[in-house]
Amino acid sequence: MLRIEKLSTHYGAVRAVQEVSLTVEPGTVTAVLGPNGAGKTSLLRTISGLQRASGGSVALDGEDITRMAVEDIVRRGLAHVPEGRGVITELTVEDNLRLGGLWRRHGAAPASEIYELFPRLQERKAQPASRLSGGERQMLSIGRALMARPRVLLLDEPSLGLAPLLASQIMGLVRHLCETLELAVLLVEQNARSALSIADRGLVLDLGRVVAEDDPRRLAADEGLRHAYLGF
Amino acid sequence: MTKFIDLTLNGISTGAIYAAVALSLVLIWRATRIVNFAQGAMLMFTTFIASAVINSTGSYVLGLLVALASGLVLGAVVERVVMRPVESAPPLNAVIVALGVYTLLVAVAGMIWGNTPRSFPAAFSLRGYEVGGTRLLFSPNDSFIVLVVIAAALGLALLFQRTSLGLRMRAAAFQPEVARMLGVRVGQMFTVGWALAAVAGSLAGVLVAPSVFLGPNDFDPILIIGFVAAVLGGLDSPPGAVVGGLLAGLALSYVSGYEGSSLVPLAALVLLVAVLMVRPGGLFSASKERRV
Amino acid sequence: MSALAARAKLPRSTMLRSLALVVLVGVVLLIVSYQLGPFDDLQLANGAFYFAVLAGLTMLAGLSGQISLGHGALMAVGAYTVALLIGNEGWAVVPALAAATLVTAIVGVPVGVAASRLRGPYLAGATLAFAVGLPAVADKFSGTFGGENGLSINPPTPPSFLGASFSIEQWEAWIACAGALVVLFVLWNLTQSGLGRSMRAVRDEEIAAALCGLRVGRTQAFAFTVSAACAGLGGGLLALVLQLAQPGAFPLQLSLSLLTGIVVGGLGSLAGAAWGAAVLVLLPRWTNDLAHSFSLSNNVSSNLPLAIYGVVLIGAMLVWPSGIQGGVRALVGWALRARSSREKD
Repeated sequence: MLRIEKLSTHYGAVRAVQEVSLTVEPGTVTAVLGPNGAGKTSLLRTISGLQRASGGSVALDGEDITRMAVEDIVRRGLAHVPEGRGVITELTVEDNLRLGGLWRRHGAAPASEIYELFPRLQERKAQPASRLSGGERQMLSIGRALMARPRVLLLDEPSLGLAPLLASQIMGLVRHLCETLELAVLLVEQNARSALSIADRGLVLDLGRVVAEDDPRRLAADEGLRHAYLGF
Repeated sequence: MTKFIDLTLNGISTGAIYAAVALSLVLIWRATRIVNFAQGAMLMFTTFIASAVINSTGSYVLGLLVALASGLVLGAVVERVVMRPVESAPPLNAVIVALGVYTLLVAVAGMIWGNTPRSFPAAFSLRGYEVGGTRLLFSPNDSFIVLVVIAAALGLALLFQRTSLGLRMRAAAFQPEVARMLGVRVGQMFTVGWALAAVAGSLAGVLVAPSVFLGPNDFDPILIIGFVAAVLGGLDSPPGAVVGGLLAGLALSYVSGYEGSSLVPLAALVLLVAVLMVRPGGLFSASKERRV
Repeated sequence: MSALAARAKLPRSTMLRSLALVVLVGVVLLIVSYQLGPFDDLQLANGAFYFAVLAGLTMLAGLSGQISLGHGALMAVGAYTVALLIGNEGWAVVPALAAATLVTAIVGVPVGVAASRLRGPYLAGATLAFAVGLPAVADKFSGTFGGENGLSINPPTPPSFLGASFSIEQWEAWIACAGALVVLFVLWNLTQSGLGRSMRAVRDEEIAAALCGLRVGRTQAFAFTVSAACAGLGGGLLALVLQLAQPGAFPLQLSLSLLTGIVVGGLGSLAGAAWGAAVLVLLPRWTNDLAHSFSLSNNVSSNLPLAIYGVVLIGAMLVWPSGIQGGVRALVGWALRARSSREKD
């Protein structure tokens, strides 16, 4: 379970995230939405430790991880799939996957499990990751994150740059994984409609602040909100 | 004709040494994007230590092992203490710090062991092989040099390509932030990278020492030619370092044999400039332009 | 070249201001030279020729962002030119120095053009190779260049109107300081001009500068050539002061000491070059005294300045990147702020 209380972070003098609070329970998807520059990516990066928090706290299963380095946070069961996928193009698909589970040593998932989920990756396992398409790279970075059997999964714009059909497939997959693996998923998306379709809870950020938090159906039904922040 | 063969063989054995130095520079460049201008001084220092051990114990093997071990330690210490703060700074800073380490090591070596040159024993006989009545300019010691460097290069290649440590080091070098997000302790990987590179450098130092009078400044040409070799092959390419070393060794051997050894540093300069003007990324580079 | 020349035109006030400064400094140095004994006058001369080189080098590294480890070799070019012209051809001092500056600038052109295409560590490595490779030429053509022993020249004699008791050392100090003042005048005007702005633009954001129409390669090459000219003048003055030009005077260590000088003084500033020159002259003297008072062994004392340079280079980058001049500026800024806050009360 991931609990965030009044988390803030700065870029120099600019406040990127202002006192955001939210809780993500295992087996649920929480969607974080909002226009460009709303601070969604900064929020994820602060939670996973890539950026320093300037105020507030982050707790993972009760343990305070606010000031921890990202390597240590990851080793406590959090996985972050970054914006742009973060696939290491100089390594093969197989090596990318292996890398994801290395720190776990004995508790990591066998690569075969990931290949079952993503058969396309098995076909390409010896190829350098630079040869993968956008959708395949998304599968690779999610698969890589799953190798370490995380309990919390942070996903930053997984549908970015993907064709609509593929994007909705990925979303469906995220929902499926969340339920079967009891993951606590924090999903950042610009494609609000598809994110809300799989979420249990929705948050809307604007200029770093939470402007709305509600059941996804009610968010989607609020026309004023949709037009102002969500783009549909 | 025999002169040409002699020079070629000589070029191969000196090329092996340059390859080892180039390999060490390439390893550090790939890991931390720094050119370790202190490498020549570092390998000089560990060779001096080896010399002291050999003189007091009489054992070459012990001296070699101590050189490698002290290289490991020196590389790790330099990275952790001095280079870590400038790894994310502008490149100029790292160049200056490396030169500072170079200057300091040369001075300390001078303080401890004095500036008068001394000799260093070879592992095997320095008398060239006799083939059909003529004595070649290639000795059992040269065979040793070539074999050891090949073994070291293969060992490093295996380490990087087949082991988890190697995978983590490659990830840390290619994309440090992503690697951290996968639980890799990137800082430690940098330290290990420097330590291994320094071991390669120390190996080169011990191998070249018999033919160089051991003074603190006598290893400068090795660094420069090693740098030329690394650039020749491409700073990002370990196999390129080996090939570059060989090419540099051969080219300079011919220059030394036909034009005189005093022109070797100048020839190295010409070679370097020629390569950089034509292929700024080295022969093995993917010819990637400067990132915008 | 005319576009560059147009950008180099200056408002008259800068030129007058710099002229006034140069005259002022010149008068101060003149007075000081009378107070110093012959040995100290010689040190003053050393400081002056170091300043000439360092000023060019700090402009190159600090303003233009190019690091050169080969300026020791460029000094050698200037030194040998002066030694050949004065020693073999009997030229007078001033023409010989001017020729040395010009010759080194000419040598600097191809080097600068090559350097303009290299970045960061590649540039450092190439200039390093240059520093080690060029002096070898003196060995190869030892007939002209005197081989290991080099070329020696007679010391410059002071003109008779200065009196019979006017020491050679003081005369050398005057010549060297005159050279340093010329460098100061030229570089100050150059860095304040449009050319200086071009250099800074290229250093800070090369691609943006190119997109604005700045000829990146030419700016870099021109900056290198100017710094080479300064090094040539400095080397020529060195030959005059040492009365000797030999390979042993221009080892790799020299280029590294020059680097230490500009880093410790403060990169990119002419005042920093002055601080750096002072350090390069005074530090060996202090360490010598230190060695004597602690009766350190010869090994230790002869390597002590070098060890300190190493520590300084590392320390400066880790702890105090802005050098002495940066410290001075910070102190002045703090003093001014303290005074203005007191005045407000």
